[in-house]
Amino acid sequence: MSLTSLLTYVGLVAVFPGFVFTAVVGLLSSWFDRKLSARLQWRVGPPWYQSFADVAKLLGKETVVAAGSARLTFLGAPFVGFAAVVVVSTVLWMASIRPDGGFVGDLIVVLYLLYVPSLALIVGGSASRNPFASLGASREMKLMLAYEAAFLVSVFTLVVKNGGIVSLGGMVAYQQASGPMLSQGISCIIAFIVALIYLPAKLAVGPFDIPEAECELIAGPYTEYSGTPLAVFKLTKAMLLCVLPVFLITLFATTAWSPWAILWYVLILVFVVLIKNTNPRLRIDQALRFFWGPVLALSIVGIVLASLGL
Amino acid sequence: MEENERQLSRFSRWGLKKSPWAFHLNTGSCNNCDIEILDVLTPRYDVERFGITLVGSPRHADVLLVTGVVTMQTLPRVLHVYEQVAKPCLVVAIGACGCSTGIFDGSYHVVGPLDKIIPVDVYIPGCPPRPEAIIDGVVKGLAKL
Repeated sequence: MSLTSLLTYVGLVAVFPGFVFTAVVGLLSSWFDRKLSARLQWRVGPPWYQSFADVAKLLGKETVVAAGSARLTFLGAPFVGFAAVVVVSTVLWMASIRPDGGFVGDLIVVLYLLYVPSLALIVGGSASRNPFASLGASREMKLMLAYEAAFLVSVFTLVVKNGGIVSLGGMVAYQQASGPMLSQGISCIIAFIVALIYLPAKLAVGPFDIPEAECELIAGPYTEYSGTPLAVFKLTKAMLLCVLPVFLITLFATTAWSPWAILWYVLILVFVVLIKNTNPRLRIDQALRFFWGPVLALSIVGIVLASLGL
Repeated sequence: MEENERQLSRFSRWGLKKSPWAFHLNTGSCNNCDIEILDVLTPRYDVERFGITLVGSPRHADVLLVTGVVTMQTLPRVLHVYEQVAKPCLVVAIGACGCSTGIFDGSYHVVGPLDKIIPVDVYIPGCPPRPEAIIDGVVKGLAKL
């Protein structure tokens, strides 16, 4: 590999469309979330640079490692989750910008890498030797078991529908040729609804902020984190807030790299914020019952309809 | 306690002034000051405008809001929580009791005003202080950082 192509790859991952671009969009999105929540509560809300100030401050603060915690795991977990999100963001944006670039099966890679931030949170929380963090980690694990099955079925509904294309670039190209997935029948609309329900659970907001329920668990898995590792976790969360809507847009609405995608992006964010502000937190068993019951049933109906060609 | 003098880069110092997260610690207060702290967070005063939010874990805190005279029961907890806070942090004594033990002065269970236990940066007197006074105190404290 020549030096220029190596530099190009590093630039793609580190600056655009990877780390810097996604982090800026993600932090602005998390400000948008806080501002809209504030307006819904008749407050003024924070200024636009609020999320940047939060991260800047946390980067400078002392990092406390509690006595008895597994030091390496505790400090390493946030960086593992962060690295996974950086890779996912690069792959997703590139699939939209250059659909012919990817490789077969990068959809599966993205699905796997999206597990990693949640796993990092579970590992980090468990390593911190704090009862609240352990409880939060265990809830995060149960929540993951709840939402992943339905979302996977809804993603594979699309694969059934488009005739077995499992590369993101291929899916974008397919949609550019024959219209966005959402316009291709009832099964895709069902899959989209399931994906929209998955979104707040994956982001742990809205009625599904069960792992970090602040009035029961202090801050859940984040309880013992301070300074730079907490900043990395906040950044990971902000980037997920950008990456997941982009993933949905890529899957259902052709491409994330067009003016229309901005409208889609804002609509999905507004949906998440509205759901968050109008629904009280569920108990973990209610969330499990909700996802394994109606949501999974709905997604199975979707895949059956897709295999019938609807 | 020397850790509190920790040097920050200009970038982080800007962040600290724009996003002070507060942890609320009751060390034997009558709850009146605590209610005033909650008032500060309501839509009427809305301190999220300045990036101030209430956090649940002392590890996330930049501002320690302490209400009440320190009692013998709470003394070890105050020290514990102060050590748990990631430095640098601002310690704010809220109310007459925190500043000077107030009407509990001389009681059998009183260990002392807060500044005999941990270093205090800002004193906000009043029984209870008004929400405006609390915001004013925190802003003055941030100017010190």
